[in-house]
Amino acid sequence: MKLPDKSIAMEEVVAQIPDGATVLVGGFGVPGTPFALLRELARQGQRDLVLVKNDANEAGMGIDHLIAGGQVRKLIVTHLGLNANAIAAMNEGRMEVEFCAQGILAERIRAGGAGLGAILTDIGIDTELAQGKQVVEMNGRPMLVEPALRGDVALVHAARADCFGNLAYAATARNFNPLMAMAATRVIAETEELLPLGGIDPDAAESPGAFIDHVVKLDAISEEYGIVRR
Amino acid sequence: MSDARSRMVARAAREIAPGMVVNLGIGLPTKVVNHLPADFPVCLHSENGLTGIGPTLPLERADRNLIDAGGAYVSTIPGSAFFDSAVSFALVRSGRLDLTLLGAFEVAQNGDLANWKIPGKFSPGAGGAIELAQKARRVVVMTTHCDRKGNPKLLESCSLPLTAKGRVARIYTDMAVVDVTAQGFALVELAEGISETEIREATGAPLALPQGDIPRF
Repeated sequence: MKLPDKSIAMEEVVAQIPDGATVLVGGFGVPGTPFALLRELARQGQRDLVLVKNDANEAGMGIDHLIAGGQVRKLIVTHLGLNANAIAAMNEGRMEVEFCAQGILAERIRAGGAGLGAILTDIGIDTELAQGKQVVEMNGRPMLVEPALRGDVALVHAARADCFGNLAYAATARNFNPLMAMAATRVIAETEELLPLGGIDPDAAESPGAFIDHVVKLDAISEEYGIVRR
Repeated sequence: MSDARSRMVARAAREIAPGMVVNLGIGLPTKVVNHLPADFPVCLHSENGLTGIGPTLPLERADRNLIDAGGAYVSTIPGSAFFDSAVSFALVRSGRLDLTLLGAFEVAQNGDLANWKIPGKFSPGAGGAIELAQKARRVVVMTTHCDRKGNPKLLESCSLPLTAKGRVARIYTDMAVVDVTAQGFALVELAEGISETEIREATGAPLALPQGDIPRF
């Protein structure tokens, strides 16, 4: 028996993302952001997207290309303070923004990836993040119902992948990637290194390839992935 | 950094006890590590998936995949670990985080904290601040005593949207160390050169004074 090969060309795989898709995007700051997939999505111009991402990158980087192109209808995010363009798009009503506590965003995505309906948490219960949310009592305490979150598509960045889609990550470039890699109908991983089957030791396969639909090898590590000189 | 601020940072560093797991908020709180001995036994946590934060590196030696939650290019030390964002906040919410040092816009005398949103002016999202403030075993604030216009930040009640309710235990400022008690704010120490009158005028709520001489820092 042999595991299937899921490697595919960048242009071909991004063309499968439809207008209106909910797209989970990995990354926390620069590390783990799938810059090449985002560039291609910006180039192809799909519209009305709902993006789910920890942060809005910085002006001129990552999802900012999609926001600048008017491709993003809604952004579900924990923090966008480093991107003045995203703040302006939010303030001028060009992009709807839903804020989520960082670890709760992670758990909502994990629940989505685990086939669950929601999580219960007291995080934010005394804050305005609780507004409009269902409250239930559990073990004698009030808890917010935070719905699970799944994407039509997830775009993740791996340091290494084999052609079946087993993924390994580097340092703090993990962040939301392993969670999002479980939580979408179509999971697309870009990888710095694409290895043959057996190239990733089973003990080192952090995201099992069975969750992954497509693997794209990066031709080059562009400047966007590099050190930011602020 | 002004002399008063450096003394505040040095004083706040004494919050950190051997063996703790600690999260330092972005800005002034990250500077307390400069006041810990190199061999001090403490585990620093970063929201983006790192325990065992090592020194910040110059850009020419930085690893593009290794940052802290504030975007600084940090390093690992022997025993460091990487993990995903769900694991990172599992640690925060489950009671493993002994201490967090956070910045503030406002702190109320009942321990309410507002540090993430100024409606109409500043609303970038709270990131991980709500979970840190709500779940760290001890929540300590580091801030200037007054804002840039000279208005007190220590108040009877917060006017801004809350980050967490009733969680702040202590406040380190450039003028004083103040505890939040069941009776409200209690002065613990005064910065050198600050008088009782000055600290009362700079504080927007009643302030209990310690018995006897007020310790200085």
